Amino acid sequence: MSFLDYAPAPESTAILSLKSDYGLFIDGEFVDGHGTPFSTISPATEKTIATIASANDEDVDRAVAAARRAYDKTWSRMSGSDRGKYLFRIARLVQERARELAVAESLDNGKPIKESRDVDVPLVAAWFFYYAGWADKLDYAGAGANPAALGVAGQIIPWNFPLLMLAWKIAPALAAGNTVVLKPAETTPLTALLFAEILQQADLPAGVVNIITGAGATGSALVDHPGVDKIAFTGSTNVGRGIAKAIAGSDKRVTLELGGKAANIVFDDAPIDQAIEGIVNGIFFNQGHVCCAGSRLLVQESIHDEVVDRLKERLSTLRLGDPLDKNTDIGAVNSAAQLERIRTLSDIGESEGADRWSADCVIPADGFWFPPTIFTNVSTSHRIARDEVFGPVLSVLTFRTPAEAIAKANNTPYGLSAGIWSDKGSRILAVADKLRAGVIWANTFNRFDPASPFGGYKESGYGREGGRHGLAGYLKPAGSARAVTASPASDSTDSVITTTKEAAK
Amino acid sequence: MSRLAVPKTYKLYIGGKFPRSESGRTYEVVTTKGAFLANAAKASRKDARDAVVAARSAVSGWANATAYNRGQVLYRIAELLEGRRAQFIDEIVQSEGVSTAAATRQVDEAIDRWVWYAGWADKYVQVTGNANPVSGPYFNLSVPEPTGVVAIVAPQDSSLLGFVSVVAPALVAGNTVVVLASERLPLSAITLSEVLATSDVPGGVVNILTGSPAEVAPWLASHADVNAIDLTGAGALDWVDLEIAAAETLKRVLRPEGGADPAAPSLDRITALTETKTVWHTKSLI
Amino acid sequence: MTDTQKALVPRPTALELFDGPVTDASLRRYLEGIPGIDAVGLEQRAAGLGTRSIKTTSKKRALDTIIGLIDLTTLEGADTPGKVRSLVAKAITPDASDPSTPRVAAVCVYGDMVPYAVEALGVHHAKGTGSGIQVAAVATAFPSGRASLAIKLSDTADAVDAGADEIDMVIDRGAFLSGRYGQVFDEIVAVKEACRRSDGSYAHLKVILETGELNTYDNIRRASWLAILAGGDFIKTSTGKVAPAATLPVTLLMLEVVRDWNRLTGEKIGVKPAGGIRTSKDAIKYLVTVAETVGEEWLQPSLFRFGASSLLNDVLLQRQKMTTGHYSGADYVTID
Repeated sequence: MSFLDYAPAPESTAILSLKSDYGLFIDGEFVDGHGTPFSTISPATEKTIATIASANDEDVDRAVAAARRAYDKTWSRMSGSDRGKYLFRIARLVQERARELAVAESLDNGKPIKESRDVDVPLVAAWFFYYAGWADKLDYAGAGANPAALGVAGQIIPWNFPLLMLAWKIAPALAAGNTVVLKPAETTPLTALLFAEILQQADLPAGVVNIITGAGATGSALVDHPGVDKIAFTGSTNVGRGIAKAIAGSDKRVTLELGGKAANIVFDDAPIDQAIEGIVNGIFFNQGHVCCAGSRLLVQESIHDEVVDRLKERLSTLRLGDPLDKNTDIGAVNSAAQLERIRTLSDIGESEGADRWSADCVIPADGFWFPPTIFTNVSTSHRIARDEVFGPVLSVLTFRTPAEAIAKANNTPYGLSAGIWSDKGSRILAVADKLRAGVIWANTFNRFDPASPFGGYKESGYGREGGRHGLAGYLKPAGSARAVTASPASDSTDSVITTTKEAAK
Repeated sequence: MSRLAVPKTYKLYIGGKFPRSESGRTYEVVTTKGAFLANAAKASRKDARDAVVAARSAVSGWANATAYNRGQVLYRIAELLEGRRAQFIDEIVQSEGVSTAAATRQVDEAIDRWVWYAGWADKYVQVTGNANPVSGPYFNLSVPEPTGVVAIVAPQDSSLLGFVSVVAPALVAGNTVVVLASERLPLSAITLSEVLATSDVPGGVVNILTGSPAEVAPWLASHADVNAIDLTGAGALDWVDLEIAAAETLKRVLRPEGGADPAAPSLDRITALTETKTVWHTKSLI
Repeated sequence: MTDTQKALVPRPTALELFDGPVTDASLRRYLEGIPGIDAVGLEQRAAGLGTRSIKTTSKKRALDTIIGLIDLTTLEGADTPGKVRSLVAKAITPDASDPSTPRVAAVCVYGDMVPYAVEALGVHHAKGTGSGIQVAAVATAFPSGRASLAIKLSDTADAVDAGADEIDMVIDRGAFLSGRYGQVFDEIVAVKEACRRSDGSYAHLKVILETGELNTYDNIRRASWLAILAGGDFIKTSTGKVAPAATLPVTLLMLEVVRDWNRLTGEKIGVKPAGGIRTSKDAIKYLVTVAETVGEEWLQPSLFRFGASSLLNDVLLQRQKMTTGHYSGADYVTID
């Protein structure tokens, strides 16, 4: 028996006390939805976890109305320091229930417990702590003295980091004085509903945060709702495009965190073992379900073979399987639909002539799984080098000079993130300067922090989340009787003040 | 004996050159009373296309110039504007039908506003960038940088001030621009292009199209190589359609502004056309 | 190069690699051409390996494996024949209450204590064979290494003559830090030669880098390559007399060098973290790091050792807990 066949080390689910049915969280209470309920399943076993209510248009209306009432009557009148105290409370409760949240997240999403335990949930708490402290210091946020909240924020989040994306959205919105209607992804509503319980524990005033579950139609209803002042969305570029069109002509402001096809550039003088780790973390973290994933490896031609060899060797040590096992490195793909997309794009990669290599993993019988996969011999014109796969699939391309690396890295409609690996500081800084991406990691990858702004160029969206810049999307200057229209590049410290142009449609 | 005047031919300004519209079209610029003032080129979609090509090829030179250099180049324009004060005032009086005093105020404000923006070139990064105290062994900085090619619909009811108010802030960070000048009041914009041509602004950084914004703006809004569109002067157009077209490639959009002084000077006008880039770097003694 | 070079040869593969004589300049070129280390990434990888959760049957196997990899060590000025005999007894019978307990790999003592260790081991002395317990001696003016080459060589030869199967030498950190790689190299070559027994066989040579004094990961990586090129059979982190001693990132880094050497030449070099590893929990992290970096083939005494003293008892306590189902206490294991 091999030492490397570690005995199972499953995290216990006994800590969870889940209900069989979850309603919508509106105005501080769980209420029935009026759409057709749906099941949320564990992607690792395909077993149903709970039945989830679906919000129809009236439910969305009710949630927005609750948020508006809470904004008018409570939240906008509360002192910044009191708002901050609520956020601090929430942060503490997240820490206290961290294990439970991590288990629920891995169960519902399929991500390895070591990631939900060591990355997602700690960052959730950190996000609330960070923005809690901003709530009574908004004069320093860059929007001038006494900036005002926007009102009701409609927030739509994806399934890849369910609770973390919730924190990215809710924490700055509340700190800035907005109230929230949030819609979690259809396949991963569980932790948002547990979070609603935390809000009850924290005694957050009713209606300040409303959580409505449902599919795309629920999201559309929220985006189109005239009572919403701000839309914040994280998800695919296609849906983001649709949202940008839907709000055109309105006074709604918008923040979009969309897709990416990040280049991870490895120069011949890179710290090689750390670069290998960075490549692995860049594309196989969270099964590659990461918008900023380093899905295009650009490796200097002179070290291509060595890097690929080492990478394959390293990938062979990755453990795929039960997300709740503490030793699992690669969990389940979140849904059958996503698995299908990964398979389709991988097949296209092969048919286009790239060489496919997959780690030799035992694939469990039930659930949705895809082994860590590398494509070599990839050209910039191949679809696997251009389309976002959103899965554990890496395309390897080569370059000869720094200028070529930069040109290839920028040759994409996306511009979310990039990585640079080199021992030469001056080159790192020069390359970082020229990459058209919102987040650049030098000799590291996939690092996140509430103090650090995150967001993309070009079709990766607009606005920044995190840091001081993350508040800009939820604030407008003081005393403005005029509407604040979207400067979608809301990484500006605030928006351009304009007179209201009535929506022409 | 009176001298026979030499009338001026007003052309487009693309890539540092003064072409006629490739379409060969012109339109009459008239006074508020309807008297003929000049023939201006009526830009076509192909002129817009050429202007975007010129603007794109000028981005890297302009964006990568040092901030100090960009500030000096922009300030130099203010110097040249000052030298042409009389011409601008004269044109504004003629085309807007305002008093010399009002035209003078407009020109002075435009020059001063240009000076104000020129001074931002080497400061806006400091004011809007950030050092981020992340919890880990990382050096982490956020800095704004230009978004790239910006298409602008200039305010339609202002000759010079409106034009300067939208063009200057876009240039500060290092963007290059394609501007649709006021259709009715294009003379100041054209004269300004002559200033630009003799200044140190590299060709292609500012491209000026006269003609019908209603006809040309949709081509810029949907152009995939345009990064942002400033609709300040598009209030009378079908600007919602322009915003929808711009959403196709997720362009940054500034919505229309009206009022007495659209695009009033603000730092936000600069930063609205920038992207914040955050760079993480590991740090360790050992 | 020094005069000693005439009689001495480094590892043959090193000569092939250098395609000519090994000099200060060629060593510098070679060592400085190896890719750098990013400390943050290295430490994160080590921390990641440290989160593996080893349970039940895997843990039992891990605990037994650890015992079999321990160089049970006493390196005190106060060491006496009696202390060494006691140590040897513990090495032979780590846990008298459980005869299934494996024996440790070696006892590690100062050179003058070697005869007592050999005597105390008696039939259990491995004498360089695969079964039994080895006697390792620290040499070359351990721990500082501050003595003339002649003294270091005679220190080594003396221990080998007394029956030491393994020599744990220290490199000249002063020479290394001042860039005299050739001198460090020559000394290792010379000490290796001093490990030669009259029958032509060699005592196993472990080269202690004293990573706490080399300070940077790049230095440690270069010193690891240097020690291997010169002919060391093992690279060892520390004397145990300087803090920090063994750390998981340093050991990971040395394992990566060993892996790369194996990739380059097919040769297998051993790694010995020493000092500071006191708990089973820590030691298991090292096992995981070995298995996932260079392969579990390295989890054998000829390729991996723990230089430790108090670690053994912690492993025994854990082992007793697994056997009996309840927690044991310090009075239920012998102090040495």
